[in-house]
Amino acid sequence: MDVLMLSRLQFAMATMFHFIFVPLTLGLSILVAIMETKYVRTGDETYKRMTKFWGKLFVINFVLGVVTGITLEFQFGTNWSRYSEYVGDIFGSLLAIEATTSFFLESTFLGAWIFGWNILSPKMHAACIWLVAIASNLSAAWILLANAFMQNPVGYVLRNGRAELDNFFQVLLNPFGWQQYVHTLSGAFTLAGFFLMGVSAYHLLKKQNIDFFTRSFKMGMIFALVFSALVALQGHHHAQEVGRTQPAKLAAMESLWETRESAPMYLLVVPDEKNEKNAIELFGIPGGLSFLAHGSFTTPVQGLKDWPADERPPVMLTFLSFRAMVGIGTLLPILCIWAFLRRNKLTETPRLLRAMLFAIPLPYLAIEAGWVVAEVGRQPWIVYGLMKTSDAVSPIVTSQVAFSLVALTLLYALLGAVDIYLLFKFAKKGPAEA
Amino acid sequence: MLETIWFLLWGVLWAVYFVLDGYDLGIGTLVPFLGKSDTDRRVMFNAMGPFWDGNEVWLITAGGVTFAAFPKAYAVMFSGLYTPLMLLLFALIVRGVSLEFRHQVDSPAWRRVWDWGATIGSFLPALLLGVAFANIFMGLPLDENGVFQGNLLTLLNPYGLAGGVLFVLLFAMHGTLWLTFKSEGDLHQRAAGLARKLWPVLVALIGVFVVLTAIYTNLLVNYLLNPLMLVLLAIPVLALILMRQQIGKEQWLTAWGLSATLIAGLTLFGVVGLYPALLPSSISPDYSITIANAASSTLTLSIMLGVTLVFIPIVAAYQFWLYRTFSHKITEKELAQDGAY
Repeated sequence: MDVLMLSRLQFAMATMFHFIFVPLTLGLSILVAIMETKYVRTGDETYKRMTKFWGKLFVINFVLGVVTGITLEFQFGTNWSRYSEYVGDIFGSLLAIEATTSFFLESTFLGAWIFGWNILSPKMHAACIWLVAIASNLSAAWILLANAFMQNPVGYVLRNGRAELDNFFQVLLNPFGWQQYVHTLSGAFTLAGFFLMGVSAYHLLKKQNIDFFTRSFKMGMIFALVFSALVALQGHHHAQEVGRTQPAKLAAMESLWETRESAPMYLLVVPDEKNEKNAIELFGIPGGLSFLAHGSFTTPVQGLKDWPADERPPVMLTFLSFRAMVGIGTLLPILCIWAFLRRNKLTETPRLLRAMLFAIPLPYLAIEAGWVVAEVGRQPWIVYGLMKTSDAVSPIVTSQVAFSLVALTLLYALLGAVDIYLLFKFAKKGPAEA
Repeated sequence: MLETIWFLLWGVLWAVYFVLDGYDLGIGTLVPFLGKSDTDRRVMFNAMGPFWDGNEVWLITAGGVTFAAFPKAYAVMFSGLYTPLMLLLFALIVRGVSLEFRHQVDSPAWRRVWDWGATIGSFLPALLLGVAFANIFMGLPLDENGVFQGNLLTLLNPYGLAGGVLFVLLFAMHGTLWLTFKSEGDLHQRAAGLARKLWPVLVALIGVFVVLTAIYTNLLVNYLLNPLMLVLLAIPVLALILMRQQIGKEQWLTAWGLSATLIAGLTLFGVVGLYPALLPSSISPDYSITIANAASSTLTLSIMLGVTLVFIPIVAAYQFWLYRTFSHKITEKELAQDGAY
């Protein structure tokens, strides 16, 4: 393998590993902040215990999110130096602003929160976790605006052989970025909701700390209900945005080869990338794809053959990831509705509780699959329509990247295993006695 | 003009990072030497517990600002120093998780593993940052396209290694002083003793490094052209002398402040010597990455300057609040608290 492929693998691995931890951080920080606020306002000790129990899981999860995030920032320089030089003017400044405005805030106040239980006043202590929660979610906005520049570059001019900043407000208001923001955040909040429900379900099945975990379950349920519905509804608009700005990605998501009017939507498709067609297309809804993509049953949808073969994204991976994301995305709101209907009879519905326990990995899978659609679907471009990934890679020696890829994978696997072991251990152990 | 302001800010951000993360990297390095018992080690970890994460963000910011203000320098520096940077990242990852994991399981074997994680994860960044910066001071083998023509061994030259040892020692002294301020009893006494022993070694090493700098680098050219600027060297020298005096008086916080001044002064002395290059080329001065050929557009530099001037003081304010709130000594009671390491 060459430097390009190794660097792509390394970046994919590092990003996907980072994103095991980030979504839970985004959602759980807010849930813990709500719990602590309830404790401060009512003085109810159960909420204090909830804050501590879920807060501990939050902190264990947070640390891997932080350390793996640092790797990502520096990988642009180490592995994608030509890209860094080309778009540093815009992309670099968004990362720098993220560090200055958000990363400092969350890291500083998390330290104060962890060590401040007996030092800060209860109100100040609760304010710290709110600052962590707000800063984490603000941080995501900057990162996604930076990513949006790769997806839908705006606000630049090509000058001196690179993309220079022309209009900062256009960069800040990039519609693609805000679509991604809403989509990613609702996905993350759904995940946090399911995390709460799943862990609570485990204890409810064992009939321990019933009151504690019923309250936790319901908080998670409300969160997941609202945001799983939002992510599904908004995902539709997001896909339309993709269709407008990145038609080749949309074609790959649906494995549509020929441009056609009244493009149908097939329920079962097996892409055959080599022969540029689908091996199987079954159960078509006439005009379905045209309607989903453009809001009209007749509007033509561009097929992959409109682009030369070397400008098409990998079809199979994009297509399957998209199906996985949408499939799970449809299942999650249904599970939430079931939970909502049985909310006052949780302990009498072990089937629901078991389903919720086993559903914990599902939002994770959907979110990872979603990022595969976003990033693999963008290929061969690193900045859509502007710069190809193959032109972005650093002029470095293959063996260096091979070494770092192997070492990073081993290190991540090891630390990930320890972290997940700790999460399991403390999730199973349950809260401290009242 | 904007480029020069950014060059100085770039230097200042690195200096702040070395000052703040320097002492916790130093404490981490010293765990096997000063931490005789588990309680000692817990005091050491808790002395930096609330702070290390916020400190590390200064590195992210220094990196981010290099990316934003001087993209070409960021690209050349990070791809050229690929392997040391990866090692630095591994080390910082291991350090972070070690601090967070060690107190989660109550088993001596478990704790031993993460104690070593913290030590290696603290020692290696100090060493690597020293090696990297010394090599930058000396000049990197950059060709006309800014491509690094060397490998890890190129960097491990006498001057690079001297820089590495210097950083390790500076951070160790800085960490020792922070620990004397944050601890009591035996551990405090051991740390105080170490500070006294480290001082002459540090003086000697700084002396050797300055001589090597005159031999290996062109850093002094700027100073010889404007001898008035040599005042900048007076700051670290003065800090070093006063530091010994404060150690003698057992004024630990002041001594730590002087150690911070020493680190910042040495960093800025080096950085100003580089000007106007960010990464001088050892192959030909024409290939150097300078503020002129690496800077972002005027628009980006202006916007970033606005953001920095507004937010860095805010960050400084709340980090100052954090330090003030958690400035007490680590006691038994402190170790028994929630969240203690």
